[in-house]
Amino acid sequence: MAKPDRSSKETPAAKTNHKPKPSKGPLTLLIATRKGAFFLRGNKNREKWKLSEPVFLGHMVHHIVQDPRDPKSILMACRTGHLGPTVFRSTDLGKTWVEAETPPAFPKAPEGEKGLVVDHVFWLTPGHPSEPEVWYAGSSPQGLFRSEDGGANWEGITGFNNHPMREAWIGGLGDGTPDGPKMHSILIDPRDADHMYMGMSGGGVFESTNRGVNWKPLNKGSIADFLPIPDPEYGHDPHCVRLHPLKPDRLYQQNHCGIYRMERDEGVWVRIGDNMPKKIGDIGFPMVLHPRDPDTAWVFPMDGTTVWPRTSPDGKPAAYVTRNAGESWKRLDKGLPRKHAWLTVKRQAMTADSHEPVGLYFGTTNGEVWGSANEGKKWECLARHLPHVYAIEVAEHLK
Amino acid sequence: MKVYVPSALRSYTDQKDEVEAGGATLDELLRELDQRYPGFRFRIIDEQDSIRPHIKIFVNYNQARELSAKVLPEDEVSILLALSGGM
Repeated sequence: MAKPDRSSKETPAAKTNHKPKPSKGPLTLLIATRKGAFFLRGNKNREKWKLSEPVFLGHMVHHIVQDPRDPKSILMACRTGHLGPTVFRSTDLGKTWVEAETPPAFPKAPEGEKGLVVDHVFWLTPGHPSEPEVWYAGSSPQGLFRSEDGGANWEGITGFNNHPMREAWIGGLGDGTPDGPKMHSILIDPRDADHMYMGMSGGGVFESTNRGVNWKPLNKGSIADFLPIPDPEYGHDPHCVRLHPLKPDRLYQQNHCGIYRMERDEGVWVRIGDNMPKKIGDIGFPMVLHPRDPDTAWVFPMDGTTVWPRTSPDGKPAAYVTRNAGESWKRLDKGLPRKHAWLTVKRQAMTADSHEPVGLYFGTTNGEVWGSANEGKKWECLARHLPHVYAIEVAEHLK
Repeated sequence: MKVYVPSALRSYTDQKDEVEAGGATLDELLRELDQRYPGFRFRIIDEQDSIRPHIKIFVNYNQARELSAKVLPEDEVSILLALSGGM
C-alpha cells in the first residue's frame, strides 16, 4: 500500500480551496461535569438553548465526543467517586448508552511487580476518517489506548505504555495536574492515519509517525521553567495542543509556560504568547482553532502568577483571539462580567462550532456555560448552576 | 451465597440489591458475577486485581482485602461504598 503523502503542507481540501462548508443546522453542546453529563441544545441560529436533564447524574464525566465519521455516535469517558473508569457509547445521539466491554486498562503486572492502574480516562479522539471504527483514549496516569470497534473494546498501545522511556518522560505521579497526571490532545494527521501527536501533563508533546509504535519528544523551543534544566527534551506541561485540519503541519499549544505555535518543518515552538498584553500574560488551559482559518485561534487566559490562582486575571474574564497566527491578540470580553468574576476554564472546557460566523463556548468550574455566536465579539451565559465543568464539545446535527 | 450489591452497582444487576453467586474465593465469585453482569467486576476491581480504593468488601463481618479470600456457600458477601470523605 502506498504511503500517504505528508509532504504537502495542506490537506487536499485546503489545496483545492475546498474548505469545509460551515454548518447551518442545530447543534448540541456536550457538557462533561464532575457530577454528570448535560446536553445543551441550540437552534440553528444559536439563539435559543435548552438544557437536558442530567445524564449519568453523579458520575465524574471527563470527556464526551461526537464521532465526525458517524455523527450519531458519541463516546463518553467517566467514572464515579467509588467505581472505576469506563467508557460509554451512544449510537443515537445520546438517547441510550452502552458500556464498553473492555474499558481502557493497563496490563496485569507479573507476580511481585507493581502494575499501572487507570484512574480515569481523560481524553477521547476519533481516529482517522479512513478508519471509521478507530478511537484513541488518553488516561490518567499517562496511558494511550486504541479501540478498533467503535469504543467497545480497548487495548493499550504498547509503543507508548511500555516504552522504556515512559517513566522518564512523565516524571513522577506528582508531576501532573492537581487531578493527576494526564495524557491529552491526541491528534491524528488528516493526511496520514499513522502520524499522530499527543500531549502529556507532565511529559510534553510527543510525535509518532508509525501509528504509535514509537514516539519522540517534540518540545524544542518551549519552556519548562519549573524544571532546573534550561532546555529539557521532555518533562514539559502542555495544557492543550491543537492541529489545524486544513494545515496539519501547524500546531498550536497553550502550555503551562505560555502560548506557542510550531510549523512542523521548522520543528521549534515559537512563543506567540509573548505578544499578549503583559498584564494578562499567556498562561491558561484551553486553546481553540477556527475550523476554516489556520491563522485564527482563541485562548482564555488564567492567572499563573505567584501561587497559580488559575482564575481570570484581576477577576475580569476575557478570551483573546489572534487572526494572524499569534503575531497579535485582541481582547474579547463584551458580555462577560466586568469585575469580581474569578472564573476558571479547564483545558477541555472551551470549543468552537463550525457555523459562520464560528460559535465559541466555554464552561467554568463554577458551573456556568458561556457562548458567543460571533467568534467572541459578544458573550452570553447559556447555562448556570451546573456542576464543575470539565469539558465541552460540540455535536453537530449532521444528516 | 448471598451478595449484597450497593446502589452504585445496581445498574448492572437489574436494580437488584441482592444476588446469588458461587465460588470458592472472592475472585471466583466476582468473575461469576461479571459473566452474568458484564462490566460489574472492573468497576470495583482494578486491572492489577486490587479492590479499588473506595470499595470495601466484607465476608460476613470481616473485611476482605484480597481476592484470594475464601468464601463458603453459607457466607454473606457485602460490597460496600467506602466512606470516602465529604465535599
